[in-house]
Amino acid sequence: MTGQTALQGTPKETSRRRFLTRLSVAAGSLAAAIVALPSIGFLLGLRKAPMVWRNVGKIDDFRIGATVEVKFLDSSPMPWAGVTAETAAWLRRVDEQQFKAFSVDCTHLGCPVRWLPTADLFMCPCHGGVFYADGRVASGPPPKPLTTYPVRVENGQVQILTSPLPIT
Amino acid sequence: MSILKRLWKWFDDITGVSDWLVPILRHPVPPARKSAWFYVLGSATLFVFISQVVTGIALSSAYVASSARAYETLLFINGTTLGRIVRGIHYYGASAMVILIGVHAIRVYLMGAYKYPRQINWLTGAGLLLFTLLMVFTGQLLRWDQTGFWSSVIAAEQAGRTPLIGNWLGHFILAGDTVGGATLSRFFAAHVFFVPALIFLFLGFHLYLVLHNGISEPPKTGRPVDPRTYRRWYHDMLNHEGVPFWPDAAWRDAVFGLLVLATIVSLAVFLGPPALGKPPDPTIISASPRPDWYFLWYYALLSVIPKWSEDLVILLGPLAFGLALILLPLIAGRGERSPLRRPWSVVIVIVIVIIIAYYGNIGHIAPWSPRLAAQPLPVEVVGEASGPVAEGAKVFYEKGCEYCHMVAGEGGVRGPDLTYVADRLTPAQITTRIYSGAPNMPSYTNNLTHEQLTSLLAFLDSRHRRPPKPVALPANIGENNPQLIPDGSHGENK
Repeated sequence: MTGQTALQGTPKETSRRRFLTRLSVAAGSLAAAIVALPSIGFLLGLRKAPMVWRNVGKIDDFRIGATVEVKFLDSSPMPWAGVTAETAAWLRRVDEQQFKAFSVDCTHLGCPVRWLPTADLFMCPCHGGVFYADGRVASGPPPKPLTTYPVRVENGQVQILTSPLPIT
Repeated sequence: MSILKRLWKWFDDITGVSDWLVPILRHPVPPARKSAWFYVLGSATLFVFISQVVTGIALSSAYVASSARAYETLLFINGTTLGRIVRGIHYYGASAMVILIGVHAIRVYLMGAYKYPRQINWLTGAGLLLFTLLMVFTGQLLRWDQTGFWSSVIAAEQAGRTPLIGNWLGHFILAGDTVGGATLSRFFAAHVFFVPALIFLFLGFHLYLVLHNGISEPPKTGRPVDPRTYRRWYHDMLNHEGVPFWPDAAWRDAVFGLLVLATIVSLAVFLGPPALGKPPDPTIISASPRPDWYFLWYYALLSVIPKWSEDLVILLGPLAFGLALILLPLIAGRGERSPLRRPWSVVIVIVIVIIIAYYGNIGHIAPWSPRLAAQPLPVEVVGEASGPVAEGAKVFYEKGCEYCHMVAGEGGVRGPDLTYVADRLTPAQITTRIYSGAPNMPSYTNNLTHEQLTSLLAFLDSRHRRPPKPVALPANIGENNPQLIPDGSHGENK
């Protein structure tokens, strides 16, 4: 047979080649899938951390009316999270038993807001967001009031519920 | 025959390298004449990219991408001269990448080189531009100090604006509910493995296409691109006028490339790498996150656009820009190439450059909203050390007014300058403004006591242009002419 005829093939050879082509494509696709799917699944899988109550101080440590920064450990931080394992919050003692906890993340794009005690305002250093003492937006670009964390008093300890970072 | 030549001949006989390498090196290119130096930008971008890969590999040998330990490894790298130089080359190289890829894109756009048959070259280039921006963003984050840490939060918040999947997307970027152990690893994997892999893919295709289609000749008015005849015309032109790429055209690439890299290395050696901020402790609230200079314009833009347009700008802005880049070669793939016949292309480039320069400058003046580092006004500015005006100046500072308003050069620039506000507004008008606030100013109805407001008004009402200082008279003139002594009742001589 000449080279050209060998390449074109008889009808039997052609149908065989069609089958082999489909087999190769299927095998390659399957191989790619069995590697890619678990890898992508791992990448996309988010482990939802359970929310836990964390102590932030004894109830007597906090003056009524004052807003102070408190720190607490994230729920189940990874051992290698190091210094990033903590979260900060602004805690205000409203009266004898009541507290209010604000997330430090500005609701605009997440920069940490600062509490100005003499001005009774939260100010964000990034794009000019300002919040009143109760978390409402005073001025600037933030679209929503400051997020609050659930807070309770248990056995004389003030506790904040670890929550996911508030994403608008 | 020398031993090297023999070695080469043996190697070449087995591998056949010279069969494809020599034609690539010697392939004919159009003579660029007056436009010759415009063509060095693409290769310069490539050389800087290679420099980034090399310095990146060097850095990755010492850097540990752990949220807990990264900062310390950065201190370690910064502790040696060579470490600082390599960090510096990588940092200035990143800036150079952004500048060069931008200028290269502008050059290609203005010269209409995105038209037939180079449309896919443009598309792969657009992809490379996107990847470069991703690289510089994730790269700044890997400098895992205060700013790097908060940048990851800001990225997640911006992604969070996406409708429907925003919350999921934001937490995907952070690799968890909060910034934690997995966050930095995710950005490291993106910056070192995932995006570079995409770059290599797109870059390979980009370079292959340059060889396949040939580098574009400088455009000429009256010579529009016609897909039916272009390839044959280009081929004929090369046959008549083409010069070998190596070395007739490549020498400019080599010289300019050396210039660019020498500049980068000099900056690294003499200016040093960017300073490391405080460690990425989420409980340090006094952070003032800033993007690196190439994103400052976007940062400033987000501060000044009206609130209702934010979602549109953050989401649709980049999408619209990307769509424009993709559609360009598809809808304008033929016709005149010279910018002289395409005035809108010049207008568009000028507008883009002006926007980026203008907002970049605004972003550079930061911290500008609010200027939280402002100090209380000194006595010389206030005019009195005690009394209602001095009390008012104290209130002015403590209530945060000074963070956004300037008086005599001290304070923020967000709100109007209040140095001479009494010249413009009556106390009643000032009171109204303080109580009602504005879209960018809080309302102080509940934040000011009556006494505080009174002092504040006393202070603000004292802010008017002082009458000109009287001429200094000889000391004894008052003895015989008491009416010549000026009235010092405004306390100006204190």
